[in-house]
Amino acid sequence: MSAVPETLKFASDQGLTGDHNGGHDDGHGEHHDTSATTLFGFWLYLMTDCILFASVFATYAVLFMNTDGGVSGKDIFDLNFVAVETGALLISSITYGFALLCAHKQQKAGTLLWLLVTIALGCVFISMEVYEFHHLILEGNGPDRSAFLSSFFALVGMHGLHVTAGLIWMIVMVLEVLKRGLGTQTVTRLGCLSLFWHFLDIVWVCVFTVVYLLGAM
Amino acid sequence: MSLLGNITLDAIPYHEPIIMVTLAVIGVIGLAVVGLITKYEKWGVLWHNWLTSVDHKRLGIMYIILALVMLIRGFSDAIMMRTQLAIATNGSEGYLPPEHYDQIFTAHGIIMIIFMAMPFMIGLMNIVLPLQIGARDVAFPFMNNLSFWFTASGAVLINISLGLGEFAKTGWLAYPPLSEMSFSPGVGVDYYIWALQISGIGTLLTGVNFLATVFKMRAPGMKLMQMPIFTWTCTWANILIVASFPILTAVLGLLTLDRYLDFHFFTNDGGGNAMMYINLFWAWGHPEVYILVLPAFGIFSEVISTFTGKRLFGYTSMVWASGAISILGFVVWLHHFFTMGSSADVNAFFGVMTMIIAIPTGVKLFNWLFTMYRGRLRITVPVLWTLGFMVTFSIGGMTGVLLAIPGADYVLHNSLFLVAHFHNTIIGGAVFGYMAGFAFWFPKATGFHLNERLGKYSFWCWQIGFYVAFMPLYVLGFLGMTRRLNHTNNPDWNIWLYVAALGAVIIFAGIILQFVQLYVSIRDREQNPDLDGDPWNGHTLEWSTASPPQFYNFATLPKVHDIDAFTDMKEKGIEYQAPDEYLPIHMPSNTAAGMQVAGAAGIVGFALIWHIWWLAIVGALGIVVAFIARCYANNVDYYVEPQEIAEIEQAHLANVASVKEELV
Amino acid sequence: MLIRKLGYSALATSLLLLSGCEGGVLDPKGQVGIDEKYLIIVATVLMLLVVVPVIGMTLYFAWRYREGREHEIYDPKWAHSNKVEAVVWLIPIVIIAILGALTWYSTQKLDPYKSLDHEHKPITIQVVSLNWKWLFIYPEQGIATVNEVVFPKDVPVEFKITSDTTMNSFFIPQLGSQIYSMAGMTTRLNLIANEAGEFDGISANYSGAGFTGMKFKAIAKPSEQAFEDWVKAVKHSPAALTDSSYAQLAQPSENNPVDYYGTVENEMFQHVVMQFMGNMKHHEQPEHSAHMSMQAED
Repeated sequence: MSAVPETLKFASDQGLTGDHNGGHDDGHGEHHDTSATTLFGFWLYLMTDCILFASVFATYAVLFMNTDGGVSGKDIFDLNFVAVETGALLISSITYGFALLCAHKQQKAGTLLWLLVTIALGCVFISMEVYEFHHLILEGNGPDRSAFLSSFFALVGMHGLHVTAGLIWMIVMVLEVLKRGLGTQTVTRLGCLSLFWHFLDIVWVCVFTVVYLLGAM
Repeated sequence: MSLLGNITLDAIPYHEPIIMVTLAVIGVIGLAVVGLITKYEKWGVLWHNWLTSVDHKRLGIMYIILALVMLIRGFSDAIMMRTQLAIATNGSEGYLPPEHYDQIFTAHGIIMIIFMAMPFMIGLMNIVLPLQIGARDVAFPFMNNLSFWFTASGAVLINISLGLGEFAKTGWLAYPPLSEMSFSPGVGVDYYIWALQISGIGTLLTGVNFLATVFKMRAPGMKLMQMPIFTWTCTWANILIVASFPILTAVLGLLTLDRYLDFHFFTNDGGGNAMMYINLFWAWGHPEVYILVLPAFGIFSEVISTFTGKRLFGYTSMVWASGAISILGFVVWLHHFFTMGSSADVNAFFGVMTMIIAIPTGVKLFNWLFTMYRGRLRITVPVLWTLGFMVTFSIGGMTGVLLAIPGADYVLHNSLFLVAHFHNTIIGGAVFGYMAGFAFWFPKATGFHLNERLGKYSFWCWQIGFYVAFMPLYVLGFLGMTRRLNHTNNPDWNIWLYVAALGAVIIFAGIILQFVQLYVSIRDREQNPDLDGDPWNGHTLEWSTASPPQFYNFATLPKVHDIDAFTDMKEKGIEYQAPDEYLPIHMPSNTAAGMQVAGAAGIVGFALIWHIWWLAIVGALGIVVAFIARCYANNVDYYVEPQEIAEIEQAHLANVASVKEELV
Repeated sequence: MLIRKLGYSALATSLLLLSGCEGGVLDPKGQVGIDEKYLIIVATVLMLLVVVPVIGMTLYFAWRYREGREHEIYDPKWAHSNKVEAVVWLIPIVIIAILGALTWYSTQKLDPYKSLDHEHKPITIQVVSLNWKWLFIYPEQGIATVNEVVFPKDVPVEFKITSDTTMNSFFIPQLGSQIYSMAGMTTRLNLIANEAGEFDGISANYSGAGFTGMKFKAIAKPSEQAFEDWVKAVKHSPAALTDSSYAQLAQPSENNPVDYYGTVENEMFQHVVMQFMGNMKHHEQPEHSAHMSMQAED
């Protein structure tokens, strides 16, 4: 629930510290590189997000057998479908990597192109997830059916909300790159978003393994 | 669907005279404050210098004001409970029916821990920590402002529950299934969830912010193992915040899903498992008490070493003892529910782990003792609080270890013995520490001294009141009285309940004296100025600044060579050296974005509590828009010109010189 | 030195209480409670060995090294001593090592799930916490009671405990340990009364509006014969605990009077536990129940 604002908070804070660095360098040894501070802060935030996911993972691990006489994982998971979903997200991480490489080389067009490809792949992922959820709810297997489904929807849904937040952030970044080019502040922000995006990828690998692969077995 | 969601006129508790009188008093005080601000034309000052400030020192003061206001609220709850229990003996029902009483003990717990102790601790950390490490501000000043407003937003929500609807009737832990929709259908638990969730996010951001500050912004030369001890204990507390608050976010989120969308995490039906909530809650809740107490330990260390005029004994031991407490704090949560039926091995493991925490804590006590040894202890108000702590906390620690023995806990769990124990550690540990810190750093933050005599009176009322109020609860625990009873019918208990109520009255006198002290000190501020900024002959860098500190903290960043950096400079005679020239200082500008974002979050919380869906959507959009607007705002920073700096610094040095002259 | 006086008088009061008082956990009437009382006393005395000197030293050092005592040594840079550090780490370690051993041993011995060592075969009583009263079912006798539990003295009792509502804690302070009652699972508690008498029983975990009145009497009959007589008397009660009368009983009520059921439907307790286990008949989910019972046995 809190995922959306949290991720953006840092972006906003960079507004301060990023400018710090990009706009004017203090010259008299304003002790540390503010860009590095921002990245460090963002990394710390990701660690907290990691614990947030860990808590929900733990809940899933405790509750996944509590199907209350309803469906279990192997009844509802379509591994082929999820494999495509996973593929889209994994490839989006690579394309984001290309975007960041371009940004570091100050290639505006390339950055924008790869960002757009990443956004498209992210949208594919989210659409497939929404489709899956919708389908499950229609069949009477919504989160109110059993503790297993509650924890499934919460875990996968929380990841989905993060991805959605990441996509909104990315769209904002596309506009920023268009308007402001690739200044230090913008590149730092792209760096933070890259950390975020790769982090979501890692979380998804865990979700895919723990929820879908183990669940379908 | 109604435009106002579930709000109806019935949601206002007209029929509760106590609440209506309270609301009237709050209204009168509020109007008086508004009137005074208008009369003296201070709205501009309030807005520009305080509410929109990103200055850590001003945010710290605002945190402490919030804490003191919430202390009044939380203590009112406390004294109502004690009088209820003193009246409602021998089968009498008392004056607070369960409907009301159950809200009071829930609110008391949440307010005292989340909205009194936490803001107090974070306020002191805000004021002191950046100064101690020789930094000009925290790593993310805007985020610091935002954190404050998230906390304030949560506090506003919990106070709205007083006059609109109800608060949770679940106890401050809100254990399901009691806190689920089926057993608590009202808005009380929803107030609980959103007040806690919003302020919790603020705290989480504070943790991230101060960790980045400590690891990235220390003054040149300051190694990690040269950080002042208060900074160290805060750092451990921040590590705990970063590691444990996400668990609270998660568990509250899951409870939210249960209540709003009919999920089945902790329900009785649908395969839910309430034990999962209890485990997750305490996986946050136990580290939380160390988040509260570790900075207090740091304060005691600073106070003792300053007022004995000595270096802190066993600095390295202190740092690692704090670290050990932090890490062990994460592997003991199960001791909160030994009676859940875990196997003997599991219970014994968690019991022993809990006891092991007594080792580093004991070491700390001994180190404070040996800091006093061969010192010259000046018995000031902060020292009194520290000595009071050392005596009181020893007893609280002992009863804690007793509760950590599963065999003893099987009969003491949830009894008033437990209630006495955690008040013994939280009041005698954390709160005494904050009081010591308050008196210690007050001149630094404001530029004038607190009235010493009233401070001592207040201390003695607290100290004596504490024993009179809580020792009887230990006895009542042994007599078999469990917590959260609304009335009793056991003649053997009566005397102890009366004594405890008397103790609460004595503490009340202590609180009143503190406010009197504050009033008198502000009134007489011209007579008690802290001119040179170093009233106690301090060891650390905050005392090298003016009082109150220059808004940029340090004109030139100090070079650090020792743990007691300022003492080191004084010994070398370089403490007040002006540089040949000043360079421009880059500063963040004030911003209303923090208020906007957190205000919108508060609106989302309120809308969700009352199921006003359109407003929740508007609020959520408000959060996102305000963030993005902040990201692309201009005027986020400015430069302080060397001339202005030179003027400020020269004034400070002149003050220092005048004090030195007086001494000669 | 008001602090010291207060501290000591508080400690003295506690110690006085340890030696005897009426009711409560320091006046135990059963073996489990007696063991727990002595555990508390031993642990407290062990800890006082450190706590009292620490409190004494705090006040003594503060007094001796206060400002103005210029004849005392002043050593502002003395901040480290390997010897002192070794001692201040060692003392707590030793005490905690002893207490830790005591904890490990006593926790195994006082495990509430463990049957008591006794020549007598234990009698089983099933306990259900309801809003806001206690239902006791005697499967061997085929009777049930509300807010009163009766058993003979000197016979171990095995309580099997569950909840049909929120979480409560089943606690008879004078007999010893308590344990939570939780919906959908069974917890267990073994107790014994060594003396006949009437003891207070409570819920020790807050459970809502009627929590304060959720009290019961635990009565230890002087002999097995007396217990049998009591059972016989209850059996004469016309009321029967059936699905429908149970549903009626489960409705929230406060300060419920004592009530007796002369007969009880078979497997009543199991039904109460299993109602939260989902629709097992229509779906084969063997591991489901295994999981749940595992949790309960945990």
